[in-house]
Amino acid sequence: MTEARKDEKPLEFRQEHLLGLEYLSREEIECVLHNAAALKPTLDQKIKKMPTLLGKTVVNLFFENSTRTRTSFEIAAKRLSADVINFTVGTSSVAKGESLLDTARTIEALGSDIIIMRHSCPGACHLLASHLRSAIINAGDGCHEHPTQGLLDMFTMRERKGRIEGLTVTILGDILHSRVARSNIWGLTKLGANVRVCGPRTLIPRGIEELGVEVFYDLEQGIRDADVINILRIQRERMDSNMFPSIREYRLLYGLTHDRLRFAKPDVLIMHPGPINRGIEISQGVADGEHSVINQQVTNGVAVRMAVLYLLGQARAQKIEMEKAE
Amino acid sequence: MSEKKLLMDKEALAYALDRMAEGILALKPDVGRLALVGIRTRGINLAERLKTRLDHLCQCDVPIGALDITLYRDDLSQLASQPLVGETHLAFGVEGREIVLVDDVLYTGRTVRAALDAIVHYGRPQRIILAVLVDRGNREYPIQPDVAAVKIETAPNQNVQVRLEELDGEEHVLLVTKGPEDTHF
Amino acid sequence: MGAILIKNGHVIDPANRVDARRDVLVEGGRIAAVGTGLSAPEAQVIDASGLYVFPGFVDLHVHLREPGREDEETIRTGTRAAAAGGFTSVCAMPNTTPVIDRATGINYLRSATQRDALVNVFPAAAVTVGQQGKEITEFGDLIRRGAVAFTDDGHCVADSEIMRRALEYTAMFDVPVLDHCEDPMLKRDGVIHEGRVSMMLGLRGIPAVSETVIVARDIALAEYVGGHVHIQHVSTRRSVELIREGKRRGVRVTAEVTPHHLALTEEACLTFDTNAKVAPPLRSEDDRQSLIEGLRDGTLDAIATDHAPHTDIEKDMVFTEAPFGTIGLEFAFAVCHGELVATDRMDLATLVEKMTVVPAAILRLNKGTLSVGADADITIVDLGLEKTISRGTLLSKSYNTPFLGKTLRGFPVHTLVGGRLVYSNGKIV
Repeated sequence: MTEARKDEKPLEFRQEHLLGLEYLSREEIECVLHNAAALKPTLDQKIKKMPTLLGKTVVNLFFENSTRTRTSFEIAAKRLSADVINFTVGTSSVAKGESLLDTARTIEALGSDIIIMRHSCPGACHLLASHLRSAIINAGDGCHEHPTQGLLDMFTMRERKGRIEGLTVTILGDILHSRVARSNIWGLTKLGANVRVCGPRTLIPRGIEELGVEVFYDLEQGIRDADVINILRIQRERMDSNMFPSIREYRLLYGLTHDRLRFAKPDVLIMHPGPINRGIEISQGVADGEHSVINQQVTNGVAVRMAVLYLLGQARAQKIEMEKAE
Repeated sequence: MSEKKLLMDKEALAYALDRMAEGILALKPDVGRLALVGIRTRGINLAERLKTRLDHLCQCDVPIGALDITLYRDDLSQLASQPLVGETHLAFGVEGREIVLVDDVLYTGRTVRAALDAIVHYGRPQRIILAVLVDRGNREYPIQPDVAAVKIETAPNQNVQVRLEELDGEEHVLLVTKGPEDTHF
Repeated sequence: MGAILIKNGHVIDPANRVDARRDVLVEGGRIAAVGTGLSAPEAQVIDASGLYVFPGFVDLHVHLREPGREDEETIRTGTRAAAAGGFTSVCAMPNTTPVIDRATGINYLRSATQRDALVNVFPAAAVTVGQQGKEITEFGDLIRRGAVAFTDDGHCVADSEIMRRALEYTAMFDVPVLDHCEDPMLKRDGVIHEGRVSMMLGLRGIPAVSETVIVARDIALAEYVGGHVHIQHVSTRRSVELIREGKRRGVRVTAEVTPHHLALTEEACLTFDTNAKVAPPLRSEDDRQSLIEGLRDGTLDAIATDHAPHTDIEKDMVFTEAPFGTIGLEFAFAVCHGELVATDRMDLATLVEKMTVVPAAILRLNKGTLSVGADADITIVDLGLEKTISRGTLLSKSYNTPFLGKTLRGFPVHTLVGGRLVYSNGKIV
């Protein structure tokens, strides 16, 4: 499943943190995807555990609820033998007004090697990365980025289509508030896909064409001849701020139904980062239909996150080794 | 300047592989359960050559697999870069198998230690036979080969290089001795 | 107070059209003479060879944070920072705790500044009680006690009716209303300019139009009721155009621009640097260019720092939670000189004018000149002096600035307030 590469740059990963796909080179993205592909078969081993991160502590620091992403990271880290600590806001001193940095410093003092964080504010992971020594993985920072979701989406596309370069990928829905959209855009454009965004005008940020995407407000035009449609979750709270008139109107204009799929390529892939609002942004039939790879995305998420944990754990171990030598 | 000494030429290498195949059969494995597993990278190519020989000698079709030990290594933090994880294929299932683990050079024993760990994560084999082309001594872990075509004692400033046609465009085994000015191979 | 003779400096005094090598003699706290070959045997001599001598800078827009947020800044530390930056007069914003919106507040401020201030402090009072935007303050009483302007700075006067009455009423006293022009409904919980960077970072944007609509409204109201409206920290191209047009129509509108809006754009936020989080936000390169152009052609009258100190504790937060604001007093001249004069976009005399006599005139202060008899507020600047902005050297109590770590050129070496040397060669005297 490795795509033939035109240039011969080595697949090296030179990051200490994973803050966003904006900051990765094409080679670094390829490196993660390559490792994830090699790791995926280990998910079927008899003993689904490798000693790679034995004795390392991975902390899930989630300021927003997300059972799916947190669990996926937890499984990935455990497959690599890390000790995983789940730190949730409700049970912590954050509720007592402690600052994010103090919370994170406390976690680091307890011995974290890798901190996986989800936070409602864009750039929250940057703040941690600039003040702490642990490797930081962004598991979603507000409307900014969700890099592992972007990576697993690309992994799934390549697994199914054999390539990413030249694919037409439509990202459909609330682009303005979507970290998944931004990570997809950065990653897919770096790997040479033709990226489109499609949704109501109020939910597409002005000037997004600068990132190398095409903008569509009409669903049928937006998905015409698409190889992949990546559907975003529509959030009801956006309706309250008058970003669009009603759920009913959204479904009418942008809900992906079986009937509308005919505008896309016959072998179009339907993706969704979950959780799904069935019957709103996606119909029951499409979500469960032959084109849907939504469940495969979840499985691939574990392999991709294992690859990221391996690479960052490795980078961190080397850094510590070098500091010891100095 | 490093000094290179030819340990095996193409013919000697072919003969060594013949002897390895015979050596494996001398251990009287149950041929029906036999499987070859090559350790990435050159172990896989050597396993393929052994398969040709074993298939011929036993009139059978020995399954063959590939093992990547990256995630099982105990020296990851000492490496200069992150090695890419390679794919592991053990499609035949290791449960109850008599596995011949194949590598080109046996040195410290750390690679084999990692490989043994990796294999048992895929199931419980009946038996594991270790077959290597060159045993260059200097073990750090208590691991010994069952089959070794060549045994030589080497110094720390020496290295054994196995060059194979399909990977390197040439076919021979070299003993390289590095000069005092060379920092690494 | 002893006499001081400043010898051989290059004097720029825009009000008196002086731009030449001159000596300046200070006696009794006032300018006694400006000329060549002056001598005064009793006077302390400051050798200004190779240096520039300006009227002390006047800043229309400073947050001294006292009373209430003495952890961020005090009158003492803020005015020391002012002296180090060559500012001899500052207008203190009233958004303190409590808000300066009644006689007791002004009285407190006057006694506190008499005790602690190193430079002249002129208080502005709130337009509305508690800056709540609901009822106007006792303008007449506040003016009698020393208020030089009215502003709800930090907030816009959102209610157009209240803005109308404020302009209408203060016109009786010939005192300006300074407005922080951001429509709160369009700003909502935006944190940076709505544009390329907000699109990339997923941060909620503050559209340029949130400023445009209020600037247009304020100019229309000033034209209608005849008051003096002063637009604070202009940040957009459209605002500049509206002010330009308003002035052409004869409206009493003046405007200020900050050094950070002149020097930086939204790009400064790309690293999520909370020190680049300011209100109004750093905008696009096109906006920035229009601000420089507006300053050149006189549409924008003055440079004001909007010195807004915040502690590390407040700024070491995630971007959305960190407060808006950057400090600016100590390097305002260096930033503006580097951005405008060193690039040949403005001559030095014009820059000095916009930091001295023009802001003084907006507040009806008899400041910003070296006229004989004027208060001897003087700044002596070394245009070649380089400094790296760092925690170790800043005199402000806070360090929140995107220029932290940057090396800038052109700093005051001596500052005189009322004929007294208060700052000299990096140290408070």
